[in-house]
Amino acid sequence: MSAVIKVQNIWKQYRLGQVGTGTIADDITRWLANVRGKEDPFINLGDTNEQNKTGNSRYVWALNNINFEVKQGEIIGIIGKNGAGKSTLLKLLSKITSPTKGEITITGRLASLLEVGTGFHPDLTGRENTFLNGAILGMTKKEVKTKFDEIVAFSGIERYIDSPVKRYSSGMYVRLAFAVAAHLEPEILIIDEVLAVGDAEFQKKCLGKLQDVANEGRTVIFVSHNLAAIKTLCSRCIVLTNGHISYEGDVDISVVNYLKADGFGGLKEYKVFDGQSSISIPECDLLSVGVKAKEKHFGDPIRMDEEVELVIKYKKKIRNCTLDVTIQVKDSSGNYLFVCSSARSTIESNMGRIGVYEYTLEIDSNFFNPDTFYINLLVVKDKKTTCLRQEDVIFFHILDKERVLGEWMGKSAAPLFLNFPWRADSKN
Amino acid sequence: MNSIPESKTLPTTEVISSKSHWWDLRLNEIWQYRDLLFLFVRRDFVSVYKQTLLGPLWFLIQPVMATLVFSIIFGKVAALPTDGRPMVVFYLVGITAWTYFADCLNKTSKTFTENAHIFGKVYFPRLIMPLSIVISCLIKFAIQFILMLAVLVFYVYREANIDLNAMILLTPLLIIIMAGLGLGFGILISSLTTRYRDLQFLIQFGVQMLMYAAPVVYPLSMVPEKYRWAILANPMTSVIETFKIGYLGVGTMEFSHLAYSFVFMLVILLVGIIVFHKVERNFVDTI
Repeated sequence: MSAVIKVQNIWKQYRLGQVGTGTIADDITRWLANVRGKEDPFINLGDTNEQNKTGNSRYVWALNNINFEVKQGEIIGIIGKNGAGKSTLLKLLSKITSPTKGEITITGRLASLLEVGTGFHPDLTGRENTFLNGAILGMTKKEVKTKFDEIVAFSGIERYIDSPVKRYSSGMYVRLAFAVAAHLEPEILIIDEVLAVGDAEFQKKCLGKLQDVANEGRTVIFVSHNLAAIKTLCSRCIVLTNGHISYEGDVDISVVNYLKADGFGGLKEYKVFDGQSSISIPECDLLSVGVKAKEKHFGDPIRMDEEVELVIKYKKKIRNCTLDVTIQVKDSSGNYLFVCSSARSTIESNMGRIGVYEYTLEIDSNFFNPDTFYINLLVVKDKKTTCLRQEDVIFFHILDKERVLGEWMGKSAAPLFLNFPWRADSKN
Repeated sequence: MNSIPESKTLPTTEVISSKSHWWDLRLNEIWQYRDLLFLFVRRDFVSVYKQTLLGPLWFLIQPVMATLVFSIIFGKVAALPTDGRPMVVFYLVGITAWTYFADCLNKTSKTFTENAHIFGKVYFPRLIMPLSIVISCLIKFAIQFILMLAVLVFYVYREANIDLNAMILLTPLLIIIMAGLGLGFGILISSLTTRYRDLQFLIQFGVQMLMYAAPVVYPLSMVPEKYRWAILANPMTSVIETFKIGYLGVGTMEFSHLAYSFVFMLVILLVGIIVFHKVERNFVDTI
């Protein structure tokens, strides 16, 4: 298998702020340098693209030094938080804008789908728009004609095909648009977040179509925030962080890397509350919350066959009451899995006294199946009033254990495994 | 950047890099996307008259109204000469020709700003867009041209002082010059407006001003010899004059003037395409 896309040392610079007055001065300086055969004077300026920090330069590097290869027939996922450079990378690959430095070599016909329904004209009918959109995406009129019936059938809007698209519901519009795109037959297909459209049934149809495309030996580059779709479809993944590749390879590890990326919703496996992030109520100050494997450190990967410890530390500020902690555990889709409260335990350590308390919850090994889990933290006063409720205070990943060859390798259907005792009695 | 078609079966390899050469205009790509070109033309034409009662007839209202207004203002009030031809035909011929050039220029000059959204989402040779505009304007011109011929025939039938002559055979050349000038200026301005929006304001009255610097509402013969060069510097002047000679039999026309317009058109078109091609690579970042 040869590489169909080769990305070598790609850099992309953007100018910040208003492009207008002042631009002409930069333009002239740049032009003069160019005429004298020198390098662009602004090329060495520029900060890495950290959107939440104020930089010194008027220029930022949206992509810095990107290198990767895609082989024929691969489905590659690109993930990264907003502003990591995913869209910029796709724009470069699809020739919408050109790199500041570096080179991309593409072998084969490439089509990109950065949006569905680009160029749809509201006044034209579905039929007219199908031809127009097909041509915009790079199909010839003849190709669209031969696939027309298929496209209409896929979209499921036969009845409205001769009505102007401005009368379509948004769902119909998107379905027709995706149907056109799905019938492109390029050797390389680039898709940006288009599965976020349509109802569940249509999404399933789209994912199936993508799978088919890949099975036909075509190459797909897929950008999405839908981690489940990434996991199901992709064979390899690239994680972008602030304009550079922070990880490339296995899909599961990529997903963990992506979720762990600093600043992802402010979530971490271990959090100390002080200074700006301090959580303080009249009853207590929350000091830290963390999840780790037993006898390991916070931040180390947790494997499913390790015992898990949840540690909560707070400073009690008032006397003559009890404070209990309750955790609510959710899976990566936000479904509640279970609740566990220290109030049900028999510990009486914090009765009355002021001071710092540390609670540790021990969870058996093999209880969590590999997934990402989120924790809500509640502090309950005198076993009746919730005085603090902190949503998604921390999160953690459980990684798969290494399995012996021959053992079942598939994924578990549920996020938890309960080790209740079984009894087998002989009844004959 | 070059695409090397190795053979029918082998896939083509393309290199996207930061450098591009000004001579590498990738015009062969336009041929590959010819279907898109004609679908855009169709879209422009069809979408204009959808949900209208009169449809393409609206294209006729504009020259009729302009002719009436010009006849009143320039013909009656200002009493400008019309070289002894009926006012209505004199203005109509000028307006029909001028409108095509002005439409091409006005509409192509907005290529980047008006299509930023679609250009930001998908790649196709950007030149397709202004080319499709020039062609859809040609359809409109054809309709207005038929109106012009009908009016001429009516006047000839009434034995008015008009002589159609062999110069009308130059019409295709005149159309090419007008289209080339409109396209060349249009894409040049469009390329520059991606960074400096000021030009957008300029173009609005600029085209209007340019019309008065061409013999549309007056005959060239009326301009004193001393200043005639200024009017002749406008590459549209000889085009309009040749039109008037062919369809009305009056005007001042020399082949050298026409040759000047033709060369001017080639130069502006080439410069326009080169600048356009340079800008299209990165304009999405600055628009």
